[in-house]
Amino acid sequence: MTTSIANTASSLPGETLADPLTGKTPDGGAGLPPAVSVRQSNRSLLHGLLTNKKAMTGAAILFVFIALALLAPVLFPDNPSKITGMASQEPDAEFWLGTTAKGQDVLALTIHGSRSSLFVGLTVGFASTFIGILVGLASAYFGKFIDEALSLTTNVFLLLPGLPLLVILAAFLPPGLGTVILVLVVTGWAGSARVLRSQALSIRSKDFVAAAVVTGERPLRIMFGEILPNMASIVMGTLLACIIYGIGAQAGLEFLGLGDVSTVSWGNNLYWAGNEGALLTGSWWVFVPSGVCIALVAFSLALINYAVDEVTNPRLRKIKKPKPVKPQPTKPVPTGKRAAA
Amino acid sequence: MRFILRRLGFYLIAFWVSITLNFLLPRFMPGDPVSRMFARNQDRMQPEQIEQLRKLLGVDDRPLWEQYFGYLQNMLTGQMGVSMSRFPAPVTEVIGSQVGWTLLLGGTALVIAAVVGNLLGILAAWRRGGAVDSALPPLLIFIGSFPYFWLAMGALYLFGVTLGWFPIRHAFSDTIAPSFSWEFVSDVGMHLVLPALTIVLVSIGGWMLGMRNTMIATNAEDYITMAEAKGLRPGRIMFRYAARNAMLPSVTAFGMSLGFVVGGALLTEVVFAYPGVGYQLLAAVQGLDYPLMQGLFLTITAAVLLANFLVDILYVRLDPRVRSN
Repeated sequence: MTTSIANTASSLPGETLADPLTGKTPDGGAGLPPAVSVRQSNRSLLHGLLTNKKAMTGAAILFVFIALALLAPVLFPDNPSKITGMASQEPDAEFWLGTTAKGQDVLALTIHGSRSSLFVGLTVGFASTFIGILVGLASAYFGKFIDEALSLTTNVFLLLPGLPLLVILAAFLPPGLGTVILVLVVTGWAGSARVLRSQALSIRSKDFVAAAVVTGERPLRIMFGEILPNMASIVMGTLLACIIYGIGAQAGLEFLGLGDVSTVSWGNNLYWAGNEGALLTGSWWVFVPSGVCIALVAFSLALINYAVDEVTNPRLRKIKKPKPVKPQPTKPVPTGKRAAA
Repeated sequence: MRFILRRLGFYLIAFWVSITLNFLLPRFMPGDPVSRMFARNQDRMQPEQIEQLRKLLGVDDRPLWEQYFGYLQNMLTGQMGVSMSRFPAPVTEVIGSQVGWTLLLGGTALVIAAVVGNLLGILAAWRRGGAVDSALPPLLIFIGSFPYFWLAMGALYLFGVTLGWFPIRHAFSDTIAPSFSWEFVSDVGMHLVLPALTIVLVSIGGWMLGMRNTMIATNAEDYITMAEAKGLRPGRIMFRYAARNAMLPSVTAFGMSLGFVVGGALLTEVVFAYPGVGYQLLAAVQGLDYPLMQGLFLTITAAVLLANFLVDILYVRLDPRVRSN
């Protein structure tokens, strides 16, 4: 699975989204049935995340990168591709991360690179999740023929090998940011659609949905007003997985030289590093920063995703091991109480 | 049996979709592939070859549906045309010479990652909160966050260029002729270490966490408590009772990954210039070798579909619930 990219992309290997990371089975096993009222469960999710160490660590890392991306033009007002130093300089006081074989400042390239990478990742993530929600909800709500047709399409897209398809699509389409985003969404939406569909199916069969149908609510209102709010945690998990996929797959595509090589992004930085022989000349500082940035962003998202699972699925929560000395009768663990509420 | 037939139907549809996609892409994308290829290979191609090429690719003045049926017929009979970048070798021959390397690389990495990852997952779930359970998952998630082509670059730099322990490119040294001698096999093995290692590193976390999470659910089942109450040895309960029943999702995942082995190592192959299908696909794309590109894509898709179908058949044997449905 991850042998497929993001797999590519999870996928590379995995190619099937980041499911194995979060341990979610395709039938959305991680979600709890919507117990009480919608607002309450969503508030406890948010509250659970705010008090979760993993989630907060992830959010902090992510925040730093978003801040850097926004501040890039202030920190490095010059064009980052401009040649400002000698070729292949090691990191020193002037160039904190050294220079490329062309003599560009690696730090400037890395910080400017975050803009394109985060933008593509977020766009791809939101777009694929949105399509996944539409397909999943429609499938679950209407059932019968519509479900059959949509599920068939989803399953076919899931089976088409992601990275090779990416490569071929990127080869046929004119290079550019739009192409990269389009290609990533086309190959990335199916996984989220499948996960969201199975979750929506289980909510579809609940009494309150049946009640809404009987009272004559419009389908769109039921799908988005009744079913969707109960899927908050799984939608969030899917979104995070899709963003990770987007960032990783973009980097992979660009590394192959199939993106728009004139822009500055983490993937393109790595492409140029490979192209200019950074590996063989031993200029490790040229290819290390962009890779570490991609990993940190993906890791922060994975942490948040992991935390969402923990908050919604009490079984996965860390067990507070009873001390060997056997202390007084155990107090109820605070987090457990909250989830039960 | 009905289940199997239904699945078979589904895979046939999926295969048909990928053939159709292959057919439509060059025809509806901007730019005419034949002219692009001609412009690129001007010194090597004669003008009269263009007509032949159009015939081969099926991009001619015939109506679209006629081209389409011709194309379907060609694909089903295995006539994928002639490779342009490796003229005049037929596409099938080029692919045939590379599939083996990809299977070797991807297969080795997959088996190691799945076996080790699942064992770690079983251990982690069995000793909740123990050393394996608390230290490994975050570490493996972190390693898994790196783009695997980047890890490949790092491994190549560290162990290949700097330390010089392992060869840095190709599947075997040019100096040895391929044969079934110990010398050649060990040479191939040395070339395999780095690329396989990077794939194992990134994918092992997924296996471990998947197994751990299902195992945790299984451990809460009554029959585990029952087994413990009976006083069975922990090792027996762990493997025979808990792990065995938590295995099913892993088996499915293994089957699906099996299919992606053929196309999945693309980036690693590129970094190490490993002569497999993925490396060739990129070369075909760069060389605008459309017939080879399409042939490779179809081969990769067929592998994925076939592996999944085999898993479906296996699944019916393993999980009786599927049969009753």
